[in-house]
Amino acid sequence: MSVYAKPAPVEAKFWTPGVLVMVAFMVTALPFIIGRYLGGLAAVTNLDNTHPWGLWIGVDVATGVALAAGGFTTAALAHIFGRHQYEAVTRPALLTAMLGYTVATIGLFIDIGRSWAIWKPLIFRNLNSVLFEVAMCVVVYTTILYIEFIPIVVERFQGRVNLPGPLSFLNDRLEDLLELADRILGKTMWVFIIAGAVLACMHQSGLGSLLLIAPTKLHPLWYTPILPLLFLFSAIAVGFPMVVFENSLATSSLNLDDEMDVLTPLTGITIFLLGFYLALKVGDMVYRGTHVYLFDGTVQSRAFLVEMFIGVTIPWCMLLSPRVRRSRRALFIACTLIILGVALNRVNVFLVGYQPPFAEKPYFPAIGELAITAGLIATLMFAYRLCVTYLPVLSTRRQEVSS
Amino acid sequence: MKINRRRFLGATGTILGTVLTGSQKSAQAGRNPRSPPPDPYGCLVDLSVCVGCRKCEQACNQVNILPTPDLSFDDLLIFERKRRPSAGAYTVVNRYYTGKLDERNQLIPTFVKVQCMHCQDPGCVSACIVGALTKKDNGTVHYDVSKCIGCRYCLVACPFQIPAYDYNDPLFPQVRKCTFCYDRITKEGGNPACASICPVEAITFGMRNQLLRIARDQIKNDPGRYLDRVYGEGEVGGTSWLYISGEPFHKLGFLDLPASPIPHLTETIQHGLFSYLWAPLGLFGVLAGCMWTLNRRQITGDSEPGKMEGSI
Repeated sequence: MSVYAKPAPVEAKFWTPGVLVMVAFMVTALPFIIGRYLGGLAAVTNLDNTHPWGLWIGVDVATGVALAAGGFTTAALAHIFGRHQYEAVTRPALLTAMLGYTVATIGLFIDIGRSWAIWKPLIFRNLNSVLFEVAMCVVVYTTILYIEFIPIVVERFQGRVNLPGPLSFLNDRLEDLLELADRILGKTMWVFIIAGAVLACMHQSGLGSLLLIAPTKLHPLWYTPILPLLFLFSAIAVGFPMVVFENSLATSSLNLDDEMDVLTPLTGITIFLLGFYLALKVGDMVYRGTHVYLFDGTVQSRAFLVEMFIGVTIPWCMLLSPRVRRSRRALFIACTLIILGVALNRVNVFLVGYQPPFAEKPYFPAIGELAITAGLIATLMFAYRLCVTYLPVLSTRRQEVSS
Repeated sequence: MKINRRRFLGATGTILGTVLTGSQKSAQAGRNPRSPPPDPYGCLVDLSVCVGCRKCEQACNQVNILPTPDLSFDDLLIFERKRRPSAGAYTVVNRYYTGKLDERNQLIPTFVKVQCMHCQDPGCVSACIVGALTKKDNGTVHYDVSKCIGCRYCLVACPFQIPAYDYNDPLFPQVRKCTFCYDRITKEGGNPACASICPVEAITFGMRNQLLRIARDQIKNDPGRYLDRVYGEGEVGGTSWLYISGEPFHKLGFLDLPASPIPHLTETIQHGLFSYLWAPLGLFGVLAGCMWTLNRRQITGDSEPGKMEGSI
């Protein structure tokens, strides 16, 4: 039996210039958040009656959730489909997903007009509403992500709980709790892993169904009955590139050994996943005859072309080459393009392609919206950095022990 | 089609439901008993009669206790730009010049009152995450602020672009739109403020089915005056508010909308996938099967798929 990876806390200086930049973005967002709760959404956003959803829904929520898909795709690959050689990347992917969903929820909290009423969908349920399905799946899935993360915390602190001074009487209790969690989760984790994958599939597709309620507003290049399927498959396709992206960033900024021996075969799978998405998308366009809008010179047609060529076709062709997949730099570029492509797709569906009647001006995010979105992304990265510093998430050294 | 789908899913769901435990609750969740009210109230607006006096706007403002507007209700300057219903005005009257001339070659204006159409199968009601918007038997699309969380999905879903939002309120914003004077019309003999005040009787309040007959008769009896179309009869599955006009609707700011109700596609998908939760439960079963077989084959000696401590 072989040990593929041994995750451990990263031993590196925490307060690097990069971390300080993140803190700067977080601090910049604060006055705008305060402004939103003093003057309403109008004070910090460009939202109006024709554009009720803006950057926070299109990027923080829709894109954030799509890019968090690495969590369930790697878990499914390593644990459900038994590819244990990929276990080295499941933990960072899980962490990214957990933080991504948390940040998306914070973004949603700020966006909804009555933030204090955010619990109400749990009581007042409209089963016809796509948004209700998405919300419920996100709530349960986020909980599952935290449950899946517990073993990492247990591993770090079991037998080592040592609270200082007046809190020391809790030490034994906490040890018991960790012991209990370890015992229960060891036996039941498979349920959470599968349930997580199911819920992720449900709400990734659900996010695509959201705009199907607006057939007269969403541009025909994106409005298709299979939009939920396209959302699901693009999320699945972006999962591994996202793992490559954050692994490359983390390993280079923390001076760790890279994991190309895992990442190269991982992106081999992406060829099939992304290729399938590309085929589905092009096939749907031809079937519905919407290619007539491709070259009409509008912002929408250009945004669609950029999304499809730079965001899907070019990186897909790049991945076809084994040399690209073995080169750390080229692979990083290809994966970044795929991520940008999926992100642009979400922005296109929710913002660029959304063309409401009677709009007096097109929507463009206000400074406040941009600042809060940047602050939330910085928060995510800051929390990621914090977690990998204190918890065994990243595989710093790799042992190949065969028996 | 709806019945076929339901029956098919019902059968699929029953099979799964009997196999899988705890399906009783989810079976309840899958059903969709909502259907348009058979005999709702409505309003018929005759655009060939309206003179643009804006008394309806004023009455609406008073009944709903809305803020006093910057321009008074008799200021004609208001017609210089096309307005939309807003958080401060649930109905507005716009002026259109369609090119029709009178005997002295002067352009004849056509005035159009805009408000919530109170759809028979409304997109906003289907979209609302908490069910704060409901379609009442009397035709009203009713908003219950006590459930609302302010997600504004109703604004996305409305094909007429009607609901407005209190973007300036930091904590207690509301979705604002025509209430169909719900409290007034639920009383015996009551009618909406705008319909009751209209001095030229351009707005007729009554049962929708009856109004449709009246509209048809009016068009038949005076084909020179009206186009042969009742706007709202078939748009997005029908609306409680109906319009007849002598000028083409597309020249008067009316949208060209599909005949099928807005929620049709999303509800078909949602109920198709989630009736009896067959799709998620099925996927769970398939993945569990994969996990069992694939992991038993790989991990020899330690074949328990549950044994995964430390590997997550």
